[in-house]
Amino acid sequence: MDIDLITNVLYAMVRTGTPLLIVALGELICEKSGVLNLGQEGMMLMGAVVGFIVTLTTGSLALGFFVAILAGILMSLIFGFITMELSANQVATGLALTIFGTGLSAFIGAGYVGKPVEGLDPIYIPVLTDLPIIGRMLFGQDLIVYLSFALFGGVYWFINHSRPGLILKAVGENPHSANAIGLPVFKTRYLAIVFGGAMAGLAGGYLSLAYTPLWVENMSAGRGWIALALVVFASWKAERVLLGAWLFGLASILHLVFQGLGFSVSPNLLAILPYLATILVLVVLSSNQSRNRLVAPVSLGKPFYAKS
Amino acid sequence: MIDKKVSDQLASFLLCSWDDPKRQRIWTDTREDASVPTHPQPPRLSLRGITKQYPGCLANDDIHIDIAPAEIHAILGENGAGKSTLMKVIYGLVKPDRGELLWDGLPLDVKDPAHARKMGIGMVFQHFSLFDTLTVTENIALALGDDAKDLDELAEKIRTVSEKYGMAIQPDREVHTLSVGERQRVEIVRCLVQNIKLLILDEPTSVLTPQEVDTLFVTLRQLASEGCSIMFISHKLHEVKALCHKATVLRAGRVSGSCIPAEQDTTSMAKMMVGDDTPVSTTYPKTLGSKPTLQVSKLDLPSDDPFGVHLKNLNLTVNAGEIVGIAGVAGNGQEELLASLSGEHLSPAGSIVFNSVDVARLTPEKRREQGLAFVPEERLGRGAVPEMSLTENALLTGFLTKVGGKRLVQKGLVCWKKTEEFADQIIRDYKVKTAGRHAQADSLSGGNLQKFIIGREIMQNPKLLIAAHPTWGVDIGAATAIHKALIELRDQGAAILVVSEDIDELFLISDRIGAICDGQLSPLTPTPQSSIEALGRMMAGDFSAADESTGAAAATEGSTL
Repeated sequence: MDIDLITNVLYAMVRTGTPLLIVALGELICEKSGVLNLGQEGMMLMGAVVGFIVTLTTGSLALGFFVAILAGILMSLIFGFITMELSANQVATGLALTIFGTGLSAFIGAGYVGKPVEGLDPIYIPVLTDLPIIGRMLFGQDLIVYLSFALFGGVYWFINHSRPGLILKAVGENPHSANAIGLPVFKTRYLAIVFGGAMAGLAGGYLSLAYTPLWVENMSAGRGWIALALVVFASWKAERVLLGAWLFGLASILHLVFQGLGFSVSPNLLAILPYLATILVLVVLSSNQSRNRLVAPVSLGKPFYAKS
Repeated sequence: MIDKKVSDQLASFLLCSWDDPKRQRIWTDTREDASVPTHPQPPRLSLRGITKQYPGCLANDDIHIDIAPAEIHAILGENGAGKSTLMKVIYGLVKPDRGELLWDGLPLDVKDPAHARKMGIGMVFQHFSLFDTLTVTENIALALGDDAKDLDELAEKIRTVSEKYGMAIQPDREVHTLSVGERQRVEIVRCLVQNIKLLILDEPTSVLTPQEVDTLFVTLRQLASEGCSIMFISHKLHEVKALCHKATVLRAGRVSGSCIPAEQDTTSMAKMMVGDDTPVSTTYPKTLGSKPTLQVSKLDLPSDDPFGVHLKNLNLTVNAGEIVGIAGVAGNGQEELLASLSGEHLSPAGSIVFNSVDVARLTPEKRREQGLAFVPEERLGRGAVPEMSLTENALLTGFLTKVGGKRLVQKGLVCWKKTEEFADQIIRDYKVKTAGRHAQADSLSGGNLQKFIIGREIMQNPKLLIAAHPTWGVDIGAATAIHKALIELRDQGAAILVVSEDIDELFLISDRIGAICDGQLSPLTPTPQSSIEALGRMMAGDFSAADESTGAAAATEGSTL
């Protein structure tokens, strides 16, 4: 295996893992607050289609990404309203959001399928990009990938070292106690939901504006679901989310690697590998319930009713 | 089945145990400083006509209370008297419909708990408001708001404050590794690291061993002597008498009296609490059981819950015709023990023998068929299905019962007429106050539902009844009725195991008594030979007292296994 191949594999791994990383970081924050939003897939698709249309019409990538994030936020606000104000079941609402987002994005984007758009270019950094092996992986990427690095750092610091992060964890563990000592449960959960939506929108925008870049119906291809699984597999830890997202990215491009190396394995078989790997990991991890109870936000998925 | 003169017994339940000389010894020697402090300045807190109406319930009705600086003020009342609502009003968790608060003489509208804390009001909840997976420091930092940016500095402060008040805690430990008593310390220290002027404690002693209660009282007196006002909510008269300068008694949402506890006897305070005219002291005759009905031997059961307790080498015999009481601070293995006895968790073969049959590997249904009845701790959700009618709930465990010679379920079909008769019979015999057998279980008050559940189990003529916290949250009238029903069942020859956190209750009804601590069960002592002090030591894990006082009894215990 030559150096070039490794360099390229690492580059593609990070690039492929980026949308997953972004959406999973959003879901991580959301779940830390005790809210389980299964609508990631729907929010991503909405972000993807709306961002794509805006960029196609205006020619501005920045505006496209901005609107993609906005679309994710709007979708998450629908979820927030139904689960927080109306105290509806989070699982059912999240599923409905995904179905809604999938359908609506297909409807809106029907006339835009296959149209070309000028995608996001990699940024060349002198010297650093030319480093062997890790040069392209870490310093030869586009702006959103760099942003995902920053987001990871930010989320990591937020959860582990900031006071609002402590509040977030407290709300996710026991909203009633949090309310009793005067922490803003509703505000915290709303902000977490909105952050999750914004990240899903951004990840969707990345798919249609940088990764492919074009719009195809249902183009997120289950990444929203994988992100949900990833957060569990990562035991709600940011660093493991990063690892998992990149691993998924690596598994996703393995068929290209195998082709490059001259192995003849059915590409269809290899295409299921990332999903299979994720499911296997999930099954193994969720088999230990007592461990899960220590790491999972205790009141995940449970609605909070403020008593007057 | 229940004595008609239940009302005559109301206060007797309260009185029976603290007039006990053993108890007096503990409480009286700490009473000398229970004098009323003089206060020329305006009251620290003044409640003026606080009224709070909930749907179908007037929780607080025109309540007036004054608390001076450095005063320890008791709020006495039964469950449902409105104590907790009043606390929540002061702490800003509940908005009163009418009335106002004066703080150091000035009107104060407490917006939320954060505002209350800012004013110097701290609250220690009955059910702790701590976060299990966070450390002590993080828990305290959460409550302090933006003042607690530097966690290391805070940890140092926690160490200093906790040592000053004799409540050692380690700031870097995660809360789920702490005992219940330690968790309460964390709650108190959380209030103390702030500039506190009024500390509210909601039933703080219900989770503590008697020795821990003494330590707590020392801390509270020290705190009061430094000028902090303390509001002490309780229904335990002996504690109020030992600790508090003044007491306000609530009954059914109203102030029914106030007094200086040191100058009152417990009878008059009990009268104010329960509104009863003729309290009579009650004791139940103690018996010795006959042959063993339930034998638990060398039960080791690891818990699959990381917050759970492992049962360790647990031995227990309950004889026919006796009540065995097991005391213990919450979370010391009671839940695990009950689950293994009821069959919700299966145990190693041979460890649980019921009527000479090994039931350790049998499911709850199979055990019930053998004559076991079980009253779980949670009434709604485990004891009864909240949305189902009383008739349906009666069927849930009574499906094997014969009413008038016929089973409630025949050939797989429910005989609703018989089931309704069964439900009606429970309601009648146990004086369950309800709209009728069609009423939903969750429409009943806690006490009435508990009477229904206990009635349902007892009417199946069990050979063994296991009751968890049978009178928890139940008013005195219903508690007395439940105790009488248990004693009657015992006298009919059934074996009864009662697990409770209420020591007074256990001394009242148990024939033999023991304590569970960290998954280990102390040897059982005949109740007349035990004392509150000895039981307290056992609750804290020191089982040597039981061995000394009842060497003979313990030997008997051993030989029956």
